[in-house]
Amino acid sequence: MNLQTQKRLLGVAALAAVAIIWQIIAEYVVGRSFILPSVTDVASAFASLLGSGTLLADTMVSLEHFGIGMLAALLLGVPIGILMGWFRVADFLLDPIIEILRPIPPLAWIPFAIIWFGLTTQAAGFVIFAGAFFPILTATYSGFRDVPRVFVEAGKVLGCDSSFELIRYVALPAAVPAIASGIRIAMGVGWMCLVAAEMFGVSSYGLGYQLWHNYYLHQMPNVVVYMLILGLTGLIIDRIFRNYVDKQLLRWRAGEVA
Amino acid sequence: MSGVRIANVGKAFPKEDGTVTQALEGVNLEIGDTEFICLVGPSGCGKTTLLRIIAGLETATTGSVTVDDRAVTGPDPKRGMVFQEYSLFPWRRVIDNVAFGLEMKGVPREERWRTADHYLDMVGLSQFRDAYPFELSGGMRQRVAIARALANDPDVLLMDEPFGALDAQTRNRMQKELLFLWEQTKKTIVFVTHSVDEAVYLSDRIIVLSPRPGSVQEIIVIPWSRPRDRTSAEFAEVRRKVLRMIDESENAQ
Repeated sequence: MNLQTQKRLLGVAALAAVAIIWQIIAEYVVGRSFILPSVTDVASAFASLLGSGTLLADTMVSLEHFGIGMLAALLLGVPIGILMGWFRVADFLLDPIIEILRPIPPLAWIPFAIIWFGLTTQAAGFVIFAGAFFPILTATYSGFRDVPRVFVEAGKVLGCDSSFELIRYVALPAAVPAIASGIRIAMGVGWMCLVAAEMFGVSSYGLGYQLWHNYYLHQMPNVVVYMLILGLTGLIIDRIFRNYVDKQLLRWRAGEVA
Repeated sequence: MSGVRIANVGKAFPKEDGTVTQALEGVNLEIGDTEFICLVGPSGCGKTTLLRIIAGLETATTGSVTVDDRAVTGPDPKRGMVFQEYSLFPWRRVIDNVAFGLEMKGVPREERWRTADHYLDMVGLSQFRDAYPFELSGGMRQRVAIARALANDPDVLLMDEPFGALDAQTRNRMQKELLFLWEQTKKTIVFVTHSVDEAVYLSDRIIVLSPRPGSVQEIIVIPWSRPRDRTSAEFAEVRRKVLRMIDESENAQ
């Protein structure tokens, strides 16, 4: 048996053990589905939710919220990070503003998200943006600050004769590993904000909304189903991203990066 | 003609306490077309600074540098540079590192790859054209860096202790290869080194700089043909002479 299959087998065994222990505790120790739904409770809740067809729809809505927020965070965070990392004037100018806005918890933006955008996908997206923007910005900024000087000088003597060319051909590729790990962190934060945004009524759809709604209905097995789907979807997004980064963007680096 | 004329060049670096460090003062030097010269001197004498001024990466505080009678005002691909640190772009394959300068000039891909392949072949690394820099040894990386500088067809090749990080054997082999490249391409080479042995082995003239503020202290012409025999008596004699010169000027400080 090689190490990989051993790792897989042990992983599956551990998960199975947790499920069995969970089932025993839920059924024989706690005994109330409202306090702790058992594995079988959750499984049948999952089956009936799957039958009603709302699961997929809510997942898609959540992914849409997440996509809007992440896209906006990327479109603003990367360019502003580049400006601040490359041009000192931009750094001096924007840094105080960023430093004041950054410590505000993203969820504190929820009231204004609702007032500005109403109960729309954009409102949920805005909350995710508020969480994802700063990690991307700071990662891009420090990625640019850490570009080795010799790369920039090599670029200059080889014919890059404008800031644009130096950024495009030297600094940006050099900063990609930093930006990629910033995006990964941002996706984690954004995913958390997604649930909170939907729970707080920014949206009437989505996994976070359904989780909260089912809590009001005291449908605790359903709550667990949504918890698990949220975790699993977050995991899948992270895996896809990491795989893409390692295989496509960072082939030039030996070993794992993001 | 690709002569370099350095006229009365001085360089002062401002320090944090408001005073300045005078790195170079009154440097005068003429370098002929296709000449191979080495800059040596005690550490801190400003030899790298002088090279960087020729490259256009630093600006002289006083005086001027001209190449082919044109004043140096900033970096230019006509003056190729090979750095002491590994400077290959790690995100580009070897071939695209060598072709980088041509890409900046807007040369179409097929054509720039043809040129890059030619120089890669010249440094003997054709089989690594599609490798990434992390897959290469230190000596190979510097050979690619030389190919990358040559692919721009510069008038002058500036080299800042390019073999400083290599082990002694690799270093000797690289010196031999560099002379081969120099004979093939007929470039003017300005080579900074702290190894007197390297300077005697490589150059037409050794320029000995004085301690800070650096200026030209002595010029030693080495008329011998190449390849040179490091073990010969005359080689040892010149090496001893230069070493003593650097030593004395350092102790006189």
